[in-house]
Amino acid sequence: MRIAIVDESASRASIIEEGLAQLPDIELFVLTERRGLLARIEEIAPDVVLIDLGNPSRDVLEEYFTVSRVVARPIAMFVDESDEEAIGASIDAGVSVYVVDGLASNRIRSVLDLAVRRFNAFARLQSDLAEAKGKLAERETVDKAKRILMQSKGVTEPEAYAELRRKAMSSSRRIVDIAEAVVTAHELMGGE
Amino acid sequence: MTEHLTIGFLPLVDACLPILAHEHGFAEEEGVALSFQRDVSWATVLDRLLYGHSDAAHLIAPLAIATTLGRGRPAQPLATPFVLGLNGNAITFSPELAAKVAEPGKLSDPVRLGAALADEARARAAAGKRIRFGVVHRYSSHNYMLRYWLAASGIRPDEDVEIVTVAPPFVADALETGEVDGACVGEPWNSAAVQRGVGVIVLATAQIWRRGVEKVLAFRAPVLEARRPAVEALIRAMRKAGAHFVDQANWEANAEILSRPEYLGSDPKLILGAISDRLVLVQGAEPVQYHDFMFQHREAANFPWVSQAQWLYTQLLRWDHTPYSAEDAAAAARVFRPDVYRSALIQTGDLLPGASSKVEGGVGKLTAVTAQQGAMVLSKDTFFDGRTFDPDDLERYLESLRRG
Repeated sequence: MRIAIVDESASRASIIEEGLAQLPDIELFVLTERRGLLARIEEIAPDVVLIDLGNPSRDVLEEYFTVSRVVARPIAMFVDESDEEAIGASIDAGVSVYVVDGLASNRIRSVLDLAVRRFNAFARLQSDLAEAKGKLAERETVDKAKRILMQSKGVTEPEAYAELRRKAMSSSRRIVDIAEAVVTAHELMGGE
Repeated sequence: MTEHLTIGFLPLVDACLPILAHEHGFAEEEGVALSFQRDVSWATVLDRLLYGHSDAAHLIAPLAIATTLGRGRPAQPLATPFVLGLNGNAITFSPELAAKVAEPGKLSDPVRLGAALADEARARAAAGKRIRFGVVHRYSSHNYMLRYWLAASGIRPDEDVEIVTVAPPFVADALETGEVDGACVGEPWNSAAVQRGVGVIVLATAQIWRRGVEKVLAFRAPVLEARRPAVEALIRAMRKAGAHFVDQANWEANAEILSRPEYLGSDPKLILGAISDRLVLVQGAEPVQYHDFMFQHREAANFPWVSQAQWLYTQLLRWDHTPYSAEDAAAAARVFRPDVYRSALIQTGDLLPGASSKVEGGVGKLTAVTAQQGAMVLSKDTFFDGRTFDPDDLERYLESLRRG
């Protein structure tokens, strides 16, 4: 079975590729370039095409499949009534799947299940990363606020932090919110 | 209690009404909270609607009908109680093609341009290099408008030229690399091509059909029924947003809102051009005014005329080369839901037509028509070739198109 993975995110494509490589008897092709996409697909003649929902080439690809259905290799989105649930899961995960007509559905199912799992794994990685980045940004804001207080009030670092915390507790807000207010006020007052 | 609706959209100027209904608080006033899901392909907007990621979608009108009829995927009935706007698209040629057949810097006369293009198309076909056009989707008004104009100009869209699908944000790239010689696309993507010097706007689709149905707000039919109060609240909010949108005093502010990264993410100047019907046709030129380039509000523009759905059905048959079916014709007509539109607005005093269907292209000059509410006046709605569409006899219309 020849599977084409169309994804402009090379890192996500490689995670999907790694997952699908576990399956027996398959050949994988990763397409990350938008230009020349249809020519590559035609050359590869895949049995299954996986493409992420955020890919701007989806309409172009679907049109190609519609035309190819008339021409030679009938390719359809993996949709017959019994597949509804599987498709729903793939859409939730953010991937759409196109399959050449006549492929055994249990084989497609294993590809789809794996692809969905890998997409979900990638999404989790991304949100972990975003969370880590958010935490880092918060720490930077608090540090900045501490420096402002230290300079303007001549206090030590622990004292500056204690002041931020006291204010946060008395107004039942988070320390980072107070820190942000301090930084904004400082900027408004002409600080750098 | 506030109801919540998620709306899927593509970054195009005509996604404006739900966005502005949210941003200006009209939705909140009506008791409905909106959130938005931005995507970059119609396939994904549709998938999200069908699998419940969104409750409603900004959708190319023919795709709502094709989905209901099961073209390209199992049939799922969609329903549209609100037309998001009429026209707002343009045809842009590469500078080379424009220099040969059009008058760069002016919007062409569609008849004259069609004739010049027909000669060029034949010459190019004879040389084995057919002219290639890009449209955004097989089931788009862009495709149907372009094909209507080509066919009426004596150019067979599937034989004399080639028509391929190009995603709107890449139309300028496709013109630049010579992948296409022209394209029919919505704003701001024509203007983006002009700004880069790789395209020249030669026609507004409003010149092909003065009142052509464009995007719709689509729901899954069962969702429309289940969420009727929220749907009707949204309709009222979008009518208020429309009044705000067409008021010149708000143009700049609305262009700025729409330009934000979470909505269109593009140059507010280009968006302002579309909103104000002022388009720069050639790189560096002064903008040209073309009235009703976009038509989002007046004359009950959002009313889902059943005859519009029926016209789209005839074009779907025409270009998919499939035979007429009375059953499909009825299913297609049911996609447009004027009853829901009326029910939402009957208490508001807003304009409501008396009929739910009309002869399309039949109004040659300002005409008063019967209204259920308000004073209803329709201005010119003609097709450029003077043909009219009578929804009472689809087969005869199709036959007359075949005869040319």
